[in-house]
Amino acid sequence: MSNKNHHDKIERSVGLLGILTIVAISFGTLVQITPLMFMDETTQPVDGMKPYTALQLEGRDIYIREGCVGCHSQMVRPFRAEVERYGHYSVAGESVWDHPFLWGSKRTGPDLARVGERYSDDWHYAHLMDPRSVVPQSNMPAYPWLDKNVLDGKHTAKKMTVLQGYGVPYTEDDIAGAAEAVQGKTEMQALIAYLQSLGTHLK
Amino acid sequence: MSSFWSAWIIVLTLPVLIGCAVLLKWNLTNHVGVPEDSTTGHEVDGIEEINNPLPRWWTYMFVLTLVWSVYYLAAYPGLGNWQGFLGWTSSNQGVKSLEESRLAVEKAKAEGLNVQLDREVFKADEVYGPVFQQFAKRDVLDLAYDDDAIKIGQRLFLQNCALCHGSDARGQQGFPNLTDNDWLYGGTPDKIKETLLYGRKAAMPGWFDALGEQGIKEMTAYVLSLSGRTVNDREAEAGKAKFALCAACHGADGKGSLAHNLPFGAPNLTDNIWLYGGSAAAVEETLTKGRYGQMPAFKQTLGEDKVHILTAYVYRLAHPEPAAQ
Repeated sequence: MSNKNHHDKIERSVGLLGILTIVAISFGTLVQITPLMFMDETTQPVDGMKPYTALQLEGRDIYIREGCVGCHSQMVRPFRAEVERYGHYSVAGESVWDHPFLWGSKRTGPDLARVGERYSDDWHYAHLMDPRSVVPQSNMPAYPWLDKNVLDGKHTAKKMTVLQGYGVPYTEDDIAGAAEAVQGKTEMQALIAYLQSLGTHLK
Repeated sequence: MSSFWSAWIIVLTLPVLIGCAVLLKWNLTNHVGVPEDSTTGHEVDGIEEINNPLPRWWTYMFVLTLVWSVYYLAAYPGLGNWQGFLGWTSSNQGVKSLEESRLAVEKAKAEGLNVQLDREVFKADEVYGPVFQQFAKRDVLDLAYDDDAIKIGQRLFLQNCALCHGSDARGQQGFPNLTDNDWLYGGTPDKIKETLLYGRKAAMPGWFDALGEQGIKEMTAYVLSLSGRTVNDREAEAGKAKFALCAACHGADGKGSLAHNLPFGAPNLTDNIWLYGGSAAAVEETLTKGRYGQMPAFKQTLGEDKVHILTAYVYRLAHPEPAAQ
């Protein structure tokens, strides 16, 4: 029996233990995540996809701010029950320009991945002002302040520039006109514009 | 996936599996320098560290996971472009358009590919398709009084239509009541089906620029007077003079586009049924801002056979009793 106990060294040196742990974990990252950043399937948009307009982009940020993702997923899974209810299952090419994506993992309310163009703007307005006016059994909170808050568009162009850096194909014209496009619009209008855009490219 | 990334995944995955096996093997022999089951010499507060071997149950579990991982990677897609000997996949991933998706489904069907979602859908079509086809062959007027069809129709309605039209189908502000036999685009089975399949988009323009504040007031008075409401006669008279603006869609008599066989969906203004509210304030708002009602299309979501049954259900809502022959 050898007296050399190599493991003893690892156990006694936190630095070495840390480095070796990172090496061990990185195999999973390298295999499961790295290829996704380069493969066509996960980096190329679906046919005819357009980036969010300035107003939709502001709406998306309101969606994030109000925590909609806490109760609504945006991911139609490839099961018959879901496909019948919501439409075509979500594919990777639909979220390539979402930074961060809002797939979510909790469905207190229904999935919203394909809610775009499914209801009228009026319906969304009525529903966001008072969900129970259109869906009596709903337990969704009302968001009446969205109708009062008006956007100033101060950061819209900056947001688009940042997204441009992530590869979202905004043109200089898009960015130049961003502030003007959202100025004076209510947060309600922005959020509805965003919701109406969801999932429409595969519909 | 390109062959580079395929190779990348394989080259990283297999050595990890082998490495795990080697690690297990190495840990099954004693390298600590003291015999098994005896103390290593470490002692803290009277607690001694003993050189125990790996528990047997744990070792077997570890071996099982290794065996399972080898089977899994051989059977299912996981190792790069290797599709697995079962040929199984959850769905047609990576499609870039509905057309591509449709072609992939056709291909799966023709070649008998093992696509989980497609198999589920084919199976459901096989089971439920004939049921819906049986109903689709029958006339809507007949189905409307068939208990089975109405049961199916009710479920379809509750899942797809109740959100706007209400579970009792009596609608709400902005969304029509379907039980009152008052129709915007027509209440014949054909027209109901057309509405369900292709949706409707209504556009009532706002008239504030053309009429001004006073003009809106006058027109409101005239419109309300059409349903026999008590209004300021002088205002109504002034409104009537400008009603030509409205007559293009609502008809000179205000009885709506349907009465004149026109497809605008312009409501009858003389029947005291109000889609957006019949108070003077609501009518004023309608006239000032306009209204843009929208009924979504269900051809894609439900398909024609289900829409056929739904048509019968909606028809039944407005005609609870069969018409006398």
